[in-house]
Amino acid sequence: MAIVIVDGQEIEIGDGERLNGIQAAQRAGIEIPHYCWHPGLTVVASCRMCLVETGRRDPASGAISMMPKLVPACQTPARDGTVFVTNSQQVTDARAMVEEDLLIRHPIDCPICDKAGECHLQDYHFQHGREQRRADIKPFTSRRRPLGDSVTLFVDRCVMCSRCVRFCREIPGTSELMVTNRGAHEEIDVFPGFPLANKMAGNVVDLCPVGALGDRDFLYSQRVWFMQNHDQICAGCSTGCSIHVDENQDRIYRLRPRPNPHVNQWWMCDEGRYGWKHAHDERRQTAPRRRDGEQLRVEEWGELIPQLDADLRAAGRLAAVLSPHLTVEEAWLLASYIRAIDPQAWLVPGPVPVVGQDETFGGGFTIHAEKCPNRRGVQAVVSALSDELITWEQFLERAAGEGFGAVWISGGYPAAWHGESEAEQLAAIPLRIVQDIFPSPLWEQAGYQLPGAVFAEREGSYVNFDDRLQSFRWAIRPPAGVQTEGRLFWRLAGRRGMYQADEVLLEVARRVAYFAAAVQPVPEVGVDLKVLSLA
Amino acid sequence: MKPDDPDILWVQEPELGLAGRMYMPMFVQGLSTTLKHLAGSLRGKQVTVSYPDEEPQLGNPLIYRGVHRLNRDEQGRVKCVACFLCATACPAHCIDIIGVESPWPDREKYPESFTIDELRCIYCGMCEEACPVDAIELTSLYNLTGRSREEMIFDKEKLLSVYDATKDKEPMQSTRLGGTL
Repeated sequence: MAIVIVDGQEIEIGDGERLNGIQAAQRAGIEIPHYCWHPGLTVVASCRMCLVETGRRDPASGAISMMPKLVPACQTPARDGTVFVTNSQQVTDARAMVEEDLLIRHPIDCPICDKAGECHLQDYHFQHGREQRRADIKPFTSRRRPLGDSVTLFVDRCVMCSRCVRFCREIPGTSELMVTNRGAHEEIDVFPGFPLANKMAGNVVDLCPVGALGDRDFLYSQRVWFMQNHDQICAGCSTGCSIHVDENQDRIYRLRPRPNPHVNQWWMCDEGRYGWKHAHDERRQTAPRRRDGEQLRVEEWGELIPQLDADLRAAGRLAAVLSPHLTVEEAWLLASYIRAIDPQAWLVPGPVPVVGQDETFGGGFTIHAEKCPNRRGVQAVVSALSDELITWEQFLERAAGEGFGAVWISGGYPAAWHGESEAEQLAAIPLRIVQDIFPSPLWEQAGYQLPGAVFAEREGSYVNFDDRLQSFRWAIRPPAGVQTEGRLFWRLAGRRGMYQADEVLLEVARRVAYFAAAVQPVPEVGVDLKVLSLA
Repeated sequence: MKPDDPDILWVQEPELGLAGRMYMPMFVQGLSTTLKHLAGSLRGKQVTVSYPDEEPQLGNPLIYRGVHRLNRDEQGRVKCVACFLCATACPAHCIDIIGVESPWPDREKYPESFTIDELRCIYCGMCEEACPVDAIELTSLYNLTGRSREEMIFDKEKLLSVYDATKDKEPMQSTRLGGTL
């Protein structure tokens, strides 16, 4: 066990761990300010903000000898006996000097800068900077230019940390960004004709420690301090990236990646980042309707739910299509509710949209072709309850001949997921209950139209491609008239009180071996469901 | 702020002495103010203004907190840069701004829409204090009326027209105080 000394505190680090000074200090609860260093990128030690004093403790005598000069903590490995001093006068002065130097060439336009409120330069200035500006030069031009379709560069605000340049070289590997010119004239730029257009370009905006790179989708739309962020899981593909949903008054403004070493490291793809627009689409269905003869009538949920329950119980043979957009808990509640009415009911996992090929980037980040978040979770619930797994295609072929009285179809796909032919194949079933977010052929013919929720409105757990289960809570309330799937199934099942996803997950974990690892409260980074099967 | 915040200074109210407990000195002190004004009014020094027959005299119209206005710059454009600091400072949440990229090369951002709910506003003047470019100011217009709630939600054009109507009588405070235009 190696021992590192940070400001007099002795920190034990693992033998195999390769930490730098910043990370070792983090273990001791000490923050070393930094701009250019990022745990996911190579070290350049160019910003000089993390300068610290360092030295070595002689293992034999215990005497500490310090280096005369300050060194960047990001570039100094923490070994056994390494000493870091982060609170001396020399370090404090060095930070104030770096901060002053950066601010000479940085416009103080925080009121109109979108980064204000989450800007490292701002935070570090208050912590480490000088109170007075000594140089009164203002060489600012407010130059800005688009680097690609999604990102704008504000030239003056850049502090040349080169995180964005290294990101494009190391993670997507497309190297669009570069540093042009020298010295005080350095600028971030792209080659003419080669804009920033990789599938992970949006990450450079999160990486930027100042407001130099702006996301054009989010730019000017909201100040960061108005938004609340919620931990969620991206529902764009089966990777299941950990994300933050930033919302204000139930309106999403942006999604940001949340570091999760087991899934997405620090990144997310642009498809997921901008894939929340359907949540606020005008075409979203917000009124539950029941077919009364030829007429579809809008009904209150309070009256509709008992009626729906009575119709299902009177229908005879049942089938349920469980969308891969349902959470594990929702799928379990629906499947067990349908099975309680008809013990022979068919449980069918919904169609799995596949677009293109899986794409893997530097560091192992993968965008999956399977464009739904929970195929594995839903399939595991279905297999736990049925002997044979009937696919959506098999169900369509055989549905007419089986004499079903009613079918429950849960959708919730952001894009169109079936056509007229599927609706025709299911037309023989007398009662079709369709739960979806957008109108579709099946929706038009449904006996019950139940508006459903989108990812940020749901609560529960998703199982990603790697059998990692991640739990999350709702980030925004659904529009008026929409009952989230979990809440509706909870009420249909006759349970009392509020929908409690963790209570259902505990029940699933106790009943289904595949979910056994989820008995404990699920940590922020999720739980690997394979843990028990390997043991 | 929580009750255990170290910045809170907890003080004990001083105990009332004999004079305080008798209430009489306090009573006489309060009544003396009334009597002073009564004596003044008998000598013809009236405090009450019979509004609306008579217009009140405002002490200093430049610091009066009445209807808001949005100032214009030298080129007649709205000065506001849509930084949302007034909306942040506003304790009544009555300011609603939609900021977009500005059509002018020298400005980055400007308000596409700027509305103030004059009914919800409490006229505290915090927006004026928060504004980094002196774009929003409170005028001395106090007689604000409307026939509907909608009419009392002032949009950008209306707020700019308040500026046009009051700019001669009440010049921009920042210039008077030596600020930038």
